[in-house]
Amino acid sequence: MDITLSIIYLIATITFVVGLKMLGHPETAKKGNLTSAVGMGIAILGTIFLAEKEVPTIIYVLIGSAIAIGGIIGWIIAVKVEMTKMPELVSLFNGFGGASALLIGLVEFSKNIGVAEADKASSSIITTVIAAIIIGSITFTGSLVAWAKLNGSMKDLRLPKYNLINNILFLALVAFGAYIVLMNTDSTLLIYGLLAASLVYGYLFVAPIGGADMPVVISLLNSLTGIAAAITGILYNNMVMLVGGILVGSAGLILTFAMCKAMNRSLASVIFGAFGGGATDGVEGGSKIGGNVKKTTASDAAVLMNYANQVIIVPGYGLAVAQAQHVIHELEELLTSKGVEVKYAIHPVAGRMPGHMNVLLAESNVEYSKLVEMDDINPQFPNTDVVLVVGANDVVNPAAHNDPSSPIYGMPILDVENAKHIIVNKRSMKPGYAGIENELFFNQKTNMLFGDAKAALTELVAELKNM
Amino acid sequence: MNEFIEFIKGNLQLIYILILAIFIGVELIKNVPTVLHTPLMSGANALSGVVIVGAILVMLQSDPENYLALALGFIAVVLGIINVVGGFAVTDRMLQMFKKRK
Repeated sequence: MDITLSIIYLIATITFVVGLKMLGHPETAKKGNLTSAVGMGIAILGTIFLAEKEVPTIIYVLIGSAIAIGGIIGWIIAVKVEMTKMPELVSLFNGFGGASALLIGLVEFSKNIGVAEADKASSSIITTVIAAIIIGSITFTGSLVAWAKLNGSMKDLRLPKYNLINNILFLALVAFGAYIVLMNTDSTLLIYGLLAASLVYGYLFVAPIGGADMPVVISLLNSLTGIAAAITGILYNNMVMLVGGILVGSAGLILTFAMCKAMNRSLASVIFGAFGGGATDGVEGGSKIGGNVKKTTASDAAVLMNYANQVIIVPGYGLAVAQAQHVIHELEELLTSKGVEVKYAIHPVAGRMPGHMNVLLAESNVEYSKLVEMDDINPQFPNTDVVLVVGANDVVNPAAHNDPSSPIYGMPILDVENAKHIIVNKRSMKPGYAGIENELFFNQKTNMLFGDAKAALTELVAELKNM
Repeated sequence: MNEFIEFIKGNLQLIYILILAIFIGVELIKNVPTVLHTPLMSGANALSGVVIVGAILVMLQSDPENYLALALGFIAVVLGIINVVGGFAVTDRMLQMFKKRK
């Protein structure tokens, strides 16, 4: 390999490591991202312009146009998307990366078709090709399913005995791949069979997973894409791909575990446990909870908050959907100006992704110090006059503490029921993402303020201004 | 089995790099505040777009007459660059919001 290119790859690899390190600290994160981006840029340019052999111009033209088309598409999506749609976007991009790896695998396999026995690739090369196809396909369809679920266009799908089916399918995939390697076959039919089976597996793997487990799955798929990139790196003996891919693979896995820990669930129970436990649990939970729901109006809620000493706001996905992050900030400032102490309680998995709420509230200039994490805010609820829950549900469901049959049992929650008054803003009584009832809404201390988060909060702000 | 041992012998350096890289990845991400989980995931996602280097290599190495390889390679480059450009741009947008705050 050209020595200049080797050095470029080395520099790019270093920028990945340093960039990732910087991404982990709030002050340096932005620079870290740019550092990695520059490294990626020089790696791509170096690969194109420092090719070992003579390359026909037409191929350069093709590569150039592919980069131009994809670059523009990627840029436009990234700039146009609303901040609330971030989680599904990450998932979509991730799927594209997986698809890229699987296509590379297919091309490399096709090079082996019809060549003389003596010229065939070694079985270690075929192994990497097969692995790239399998992992790439799983991340591709898996990420697309995750994307479709998060934007609401696809519901959870649970075939009967889906765990058994998935596990058998996975073992079959591995056996199928091993067969192709051992037989050293170049059958196009077999490779397309493997491709189809892997794509189906990716779909079935993510389809039954729902509820609050979705971010974990995205993180896991992200990690898998990294591994797919690393495998293709082995194929080309390319260090920047290998190290970059492995970094993402291991970092993604650690992030996955961190998210699991935040929800008090093991990775195995996320993948095999099927959150929500199907319709029966939901119905059982629903029948157990009874009593009346107290409705309130914006003016009553405003009075309650106006005379409070301390108000804690619990934001959830509903806030994100309604784009209410600016109104909530206005409400917070208004209350603060009236001498009320206001804080935000941030559950680690509030929204659709860890840190989702932080990103959103940061967008509307909420002060960093007002965002309090779960472990720090929980002891403060008993001294709090009013808790305002905006579009959050599962993260404040007391069933996590006291109902062992609940699918979210054991998940750490925000103990809002300890506060003196609870105001819950929701669009309707519909259960949250986990699909279970919430007894908090039937609590004596709870007042329900129905309506779209943005509309309801705007009304609240107007009422408060008149006081 | 023999082939497996041969593979290890022939790729010892690669295996060292692989294992060390795994540890670096783990160390880099340990103890990152929850606030940064989303941008971090997004940034890592952009990095996994490094697979585009492989897609470009596929195209550079293919025969101009091999339309299948060129077509697949072309799509692979398009998808890979969407992952890279989109990933970095979106991460930057997320982090922009953190910066506005004092």
